[in-house]
Order: sequence, then C-alpha cells, then structure tokens
Amino acid sequence: MGLEAKLKNEGFLTTTVDALVGWSRKSSVWPMPMGISCCAIEMMASGDPKYDIARFGSEVMRFTPRQCDLMIVAGTVTYKMSHVVKKIYDQMPDPKWVIAMGACTSSGGMYRSYSVVQGIDQFLPVDIYLAGCPPRPENLLNALIQIQDKIKRSKAREFQDMPLPELPVLQNN
Amino acid sequence: MDIKDLVVIKLKEKFPKNNFETSEFRNELTVKLDKKNIVNVCKFLKESEELQFKFCEDVTAIDWAKRTDRFTVVYHIFSLKHNFRLRLKADVDESDCSIDTVSSVWKSANWAEREAYDMYGIKFKGHPDLRRMYMPEEFEYHPLRKDFPLMGIPGSLPLPKKN
Repeated sequence: MGLEAKLKNEGFLTTTVDALVGWSRKSSVWPMPMGISCCAIEMMASGDPKYDIARFGSEVMRFTPRQCDLMIVAGTVTYKMSHVVKKIYDQMPDPKWVIAMGACTSSGGMYRSYSVVQGIDQFLPVDIYLAGCPPRPENLLNALIQIQDKIKRSKAREFQDMPLPELPVLQNN
Repeated sequence: MDIKDLVVIKLKEKFPKNNFETSEFRNELTVKLDKKNIVNVCKFLKESEELQFKFCEDVTAIDWAKRTDRFTVVYHIFSLKHNFRLRLKADVDESDCSIDTVSSVWKSANWAEREAYDMYGIKFKGHPDLRRMYMPEEFEYHPLRKDFPLMGIPGSLPLPKKN
C-alpha cells in the first residue's frame, strides 16, 4: 500500500488519537436515508455506479437509525412529518450529523405554506445546508465531502460525555 | 337523445317539485340543487337504469368568502355507461354549515367528504367517520377557508423540541 513499505523496519508510527479516530470516522460515514420526497430520487442516484457514493465510504445506507451517523433529510418536511423525523434522529447513536438536502428542507423552499416547516433547523441541528431543487448527485457528494472535513476536524473526546436524550415512550395504537 | 338532455329530463320527471338550475360550460353539464335533496337525487342518479352514475369521482367545496350562502359543495360523478361526467352543486350557509352525507350512496365519497370537512369545516350529517383527513386531529382551523392566513396561525401546529 505504500505506508508499510516506507515503515519497513520500524513497524510502527505515531499519531494522535483525535487524528486516528477522526480519520476512521470520516471514511465510513453511514447515512440514514430520510427520503421524504423528490430529493430522495437524487439521493438514490448518488448511490448508482455513475456517481457512486461508495467512493467516499458511504454506500451502506442503513434503514435502521440505530446503525447510522449521518442523516440525509431529503425532501419536504411537513409539520406532521417533523415529529417522525425527530423521532428517528433521536434514535441515532452519537456522534451524528445532519445534511439538510434541498431547498424545502433548508428553508421551506417553494412551499411557503401553513403545512410545511420553514427549515428543519427549527427542530434539528443541521450541519450542511444543500442548495438545489433538487440538488444534483454531485452536489450531495460535495456536501458529504464537507461533512467528512468537519468530522476529521472534530475531537474524539467531544462526544464522550454526551447525555442521552430522553425518548418519549411509544405506544402502539 | 343527448345524454345531457336525458339527465335533465329524468331529474325533472322524478322530482317535479324541486328546482334544478342547469348550466353548461365547455360541454360539461352542471346541475344546481337544494341541499335538502342531495341524497335522494344522488341515489336516483346512481340507481336509475338509464343513467347509471355509479362512480363518484370527488366531493369538494368552494368558499365564496362574503356571499350569503358562503360555501358551495361540489360533486363530480361519472356514468360509465354514457362516458359522461356530471357536476352537482349545492349551497351551504355558514350559519348551518352542514349537508347530508352521500357516503351511503357511494363509498368513495367517504374520504372525499372527510377531506372537505378538514379543509372547509363543512359537517356531513350522518357520515360514519367524520375525522380530519390531512391535518392533525387537535388542529382547530380549516386551512382552505378564505379567512385562513397563508402561513397558518403561529403555534397552532406543534413542532418537536430541539435538544
């Protein structure tokens, strides 16, 4: 691979924990595909062989929030849906990041209306706002690269003592 | 005989005492009637052997804001036998904001009437399950009424808390 050739005789290297953890975290971001409307089609396209999100280590789209660390909110979030999005976000383990994909998610977009949340940052901590209606797959990949930069820069200890959010008790009805 | 004439003749034959206003626009027939007769007329149009309006496509409403009879309930029904679409209209005033349900005639009217109730607040008397279709159940307003602001009423729809 190159590295081991260079370290032929030494057999070890020094680094910081932050750099190592940041590097390993950024190279395998597992997205939670929160596909709500048309942006989800572009999100799916970014997984196909042409755009190939696997090049960035993010091809494992998990349909359970418990195995994800990046939520891609792709589509119009209505007030009714916002509770579902938040419930899923709360189930993701820390550390976690959020991409607000597209105009609707970032600001309500063309739906300036009573039923659509005018920006999901009203109830979620958003890391990247992604422009476009819908954004092209390249644009989503660009957002992913920026998230990776952010993850790389974060300190491993930052997330250590995070308190668990109190989850509401779900009832079947 | 043209199907449009047939509908009007049959209606006047069956309900001689009632007043039907008919109008035509772009080859589509509209029949305006009193809201008291709506169930009987609908039942007749569906069950009549010659007409067979068996398919209720939509039940919706219009808000005229300042008119005396504030709302108009509109029914779009279709006859597969004649490949013909008929529009029925009935006025409803705000003081008695209700009309009899036609969900006993066409089952497809059930959800359409729930939608009209959700958006305009018109009560469909005798409806088996008159709950809101789109908005949350605890929501207090009717969004498609003309006096409802475009951006809604602040605080009327709850958002999850940010942690």
